[in-house]
Amino acid sequence: MDFFGTAVPALAAAFDLILSAQVLGYLALGVMMGLAVGVFPGLGGIAGLSLVLPFMFGMDTVSGLALMVGMVAVVPTSDTFASVLMGIPGSSASQATVLDGFPLAKKGEAARALSAAFASSLYGGLVGASFLTFFILVARPIVLAFGLPEMLMVTILGLSMVAILAGRVPLKGIAAACMGLVVGTIGEADAGGSLRMSTYDMPYMMDGLKLVIVGLGIFAVPEIVALLRQDRSIAKDAKLGAGWAQGVRDWWHNKWLSTRCAVIGVIVGVIPGLGGSVVDWIAYGHTVQTTKEKSGFGSGEIRGVIGPESSNNAKEGGGLVPTLIFGIPGSGSMAIFIGAVALLGTGEVELGPQMLSPAYLDITYSIVWLLALANVLGTILCIGLSSFIARLTTIRFTLLAPFLFMLIAFAAFQSRQELADLVALFSVGLLGIFLRRFDWSRPAFLIGFVLSNPAEAFSNQAYQVASSKFALGLDTGFSYLFGPIVIVLIIITVISVVLGIRQAKLIMAEGDVQAGNKLVPAIFMGLVTLYFVVSFWNASYIADRLMGDKIFPMLMSTVGFVCCVIMLLRMRTLPSTDTMFADREVHGVDAEADHGLWPTLAWFAFLLVLSSLVGFILALAVFLMAFMYYRAGLGWARSAVYTASGIVFMCLLAWSLNRDFPPGLLQDYVTLPWPLT
Amino acid sequence: MASSRTIASFAVMGVAMVVGTGLSQPAQAMDFAGKTIEWTIPFDEKGGSSKWANFFVPLLSEAMPGNPTVIVKYMPGAGSTKGANWFQRQKHSDGLTMFGSSGSTQFPYLLNDPRVRYEYKDWHPIMATGTGGVAYLPPDLAKKFDGSVNNLKDVNYIYGSQGATRLDLVPLLAWKMLGLKVKPVFGVKSRGQGRLMFERGEANIDYQTSASYLKSVVPLVQEGKAVPIMTWGSLDEDGNIVRDPTFPDVATFKEVCEKTDGCETKGEAWDAWKAFFTAGFPVQKIAFLPAGTPQDVIDVYVKAFEAVRARPDFKKISSKRLGDYPMFVGKGAKAALDRGITVPDSAKQYVINWLKEDYGVVLK
Repeated sequence: MDFFGTAVPALAAAFDLILSAQVLGYLALGVMMGLAVGVFPGLGGIAGLSLVLPFMFGMDTVSGLALMVGMVAVVPTSDTFASVLMGIPGSSASQATVLDGFPLAKKGEAARALSAAFASSLYGGLVGASFLTFFILVARPIVLAFGLPEMLMVTILGLSMVAILAGRVPLKGIAAACMGLVVGTIGEADAGGSLRMSTYDMPYMMDGLKLVIVGLGIFAVPEIVALLRQDRSIAKDAKLGAGWAQGVRDWWHNKWLSTRCAVIGVIVGVIPGLGGSVVDWIAYGHTVQTTKEKSGFGSGEIRGVIGPESSNNAKEGGGLVPTLIFGIPGSGSMAIFIGAVALLGTGEVELGPQMLSPAYLDITYSIVWLLALANVLGTILCIGLSSFIARLTTIRFTLLAPFLFMLIAFAAFQSRQELADLVALFSVGLLGIFLRRFDWSRPAFLIGFVLSNPAEAFSNQAYQVASSKFALGLDTGFSYLFGPIVIVLIIITVISVVLGIRQAKLIMAEGDVQAGNKLVPAIFMGLVTLYFVVSFWNASYIADRLMGDKIFPMLMSTVGFVCCVIMLLRMRTLPSTDTMFADREVHGVDAEADHGLWPTLAWFAFLLVLSSLVGFILALAVFLMAFMYYRAGLGWARSAVYTASGIVFMCLLAWSLNRDFPPGLLQDYVTLPWPLT
Repeated sequence: MASSRTIASFAVMGVAMVVGTGLSQPAQAMDFAGKTIEWTIPFDEKGGSSKWANFFVPLLSEAMPGNPTVIVKYMPGAGSTKGANWFQRQKHSDGLTMFGSSGSTQFPYLLNDPRVRYEYKDWHPIMATGTGGVAYLPPDLAKKFDGSVNNLKDVNYIYGSQGATRLDLVPLLAWKMLGLKVKPVFGVKSRGQGRLMFERGEANIDYQTSASYLKSVVPLVQEGKAVPIMTWGSLDEDGNIVRDPTFPDVATFKEVCEKTDGCETKGEAWDAWKAFFTAGFPVQKIAFLPAGTPQDVIDVYVKAFEAVRARPDFKKISSKRLGDYPMFVGKGAKAALDRGITVPDSAKQYVINWLKEDYGVVLK
């Protein structure tokens, strides 16, 4: 397509479209809502868009687009708050930000980390938008070039990031990733519908575990519990160190890194079917590989924040490509976006190939403009707020923790809206606590979990298509499987694995962990081994003709099992001080904490059990009150005020999202008014 | 937003009261002013049912007496059986609970899925809408299509499918009845992804529902990259399969089957295909009130949906979003539902056996 002939006039026409008070007003409204939603951990673009969905019908097309694009564009900006300040991934797009952002906050440099992140987000968002301007005209053949083998290779490239995040014992990292991969297969198989580690009697497990629950359980719960055990604030000396200006300077020094990661973000975002969950990990891996001095990663290296944050906003721009020109969602929020666009105006705009036709090109480009504007607006607001919100890190954590737990419980509850969500959160949280305690790589586990489904689906499907291509002839088969893109990706993957393994020992993604006791880490290792055995055994029962449903869990269980057995054998001869026996309860901050692990955890078990009896809201009231009074040592009056504000806030959030809370036994017998239902 | 809506509903209520007392009609007594109707769909915000329900929400609110607030609640899980099981447990209390089912809710019901604890016959259908589907081939294969698929039987086909027990059951059974050697690649995330596989040349047979076909395949047809060969058809008043009104120039599967050697439009296979087609396409999405709802409440809803359908602009605003298919209301919806869930046992058994034999799928 002639760029100057068609695109430039369309760009100008698009600019005229959005240059009205009404459109800009809706854009600002969308940005504000996106900020508000993104700040809460676990709530992202999906929650935000479903909030405005009821108002979309018949709304002016460009205004509606402004509202939605404004919201979608700033979520990966504002979700950084939770990642940096609390160590809780604000959404799947900022999981990697936690690794270095949170240690910075602990050092009292939260404002610096935040503003570096926001500056990177802005830059990434703008790179994404400008890239989109040109790319969208040539995107169709490029997207079509990504067949199943290509997508499988991108998935494997994502998995190869495990190498660099594996930690000091590579086998342990691989086992953690395998565990994530196997946990990701729980439920009904995509290919033949066989059930893995679940039955028809437990419908909950049939759908598998949702990313929101696993993300919060693996990262947030262990962090909250660990911080809570030490009765202090997140920033050790309760001081705010380097401020926002420093963060912006940090970004400027690393602008080339930021550019590269933004490009990675756009490219991965463009590929439909992968979703954005890997983008930040690939960017993080790239950042580590291209940094000379690697020892800082995991304990507050600012580049570890800049890399993933540059990529995750750029991803939104890239993700719009399959959404706009194929009508295929690049992510969950894009799926709602497609549905919502059909409700706009008279319904004349339908996302798909015709968005590139001259009649609609101005609408398409108005989305690009809106995306860029929303990024600018959102970042300015966030940077303005960062110094202020960073003060949260100086508050005594015991006062913050119950509200955080309330929020993540609510976020987890969005998954299926039943009590089982809370049980799942608690169980995965327990696993997360042990992974953290025994220094198993949590990022590796999460990467495995996120990529489990694509890895299984793409390999199954590519195998099936390839076998019929091979039936047509050997050439046809090989040229299908090993196209130029696949070969390039294989080379990149090999390089990244080799570099990763060489460098992994230097990177302690989650800080140094001492060893000292042989028995307890060995027991945990034994349990993990057992899990691999059970899931292998379980998958082996699936009928052979449904090989596609059983081969992947069996294979991954085997790899994990072999890693574990080798480690168990080595454990017999290694001294108890070897890193293999890393255990946070032996030496260090956790071992010397004011409160034990189990009593702290018992508080949350208490909330869970009480919820199952009297429903979430009543249980929450009792929990907040008791926690504030007994654990935090506040007076009755202040405890009551905190409790009341927590409950009111929760109800407002649920009301605006049209949500009920999980009921308990009590609700089976008595009919109560909302929100107690 | 809420406050202006409240004021508006008060205003309407005021007018209604004046008019109402003047005419003193007892039927006008039912007033939903200030109430909130919760319309639960057993899917998440992303799916087609969300789009469907959200399209009707403002229209329904406008048409109901007292202009109540209507909100959509999402209850995803277990392939929509979770939400349907929940709805089965709801009893009529205040007439403020609605449910929207889809083909994915009807198929497990028809296939005796062990998760199903719901009974369609208990519920009160008030409105139903449908869609159609179009099958298409790459141009080199379509050349051999002569109204029958007799010359297309020696080709090895690949079809990107979401799963044999989903809506894809209908095309899969059609391929089988026509004697086409189709190898389904299961686990494709959406029909859109299936279409991408076709565009990339990884699949060489595909179908799309009407709306997606119009949106994304028609451009391919214009570029000469795809050729439609048949539609699934549409149902007339008496339940006969006729040409799809949206694609009057394209033959139906029934016509193609009649012309193709070895394909029969009677017998077990045909009955099964027709039953599942009916449940999946012309009566795909149905709005229900729960068991035990009194007739006067049902009447209010039916009247409201009739008013929606009778809007002068309804055809215009719905054609892009629902397609040119009849919207059934009240008795029509009841009849449509009956067609959608009445499947002879032999047909059911045929499908269950076929799923097991060809794909190893066993539901238990």
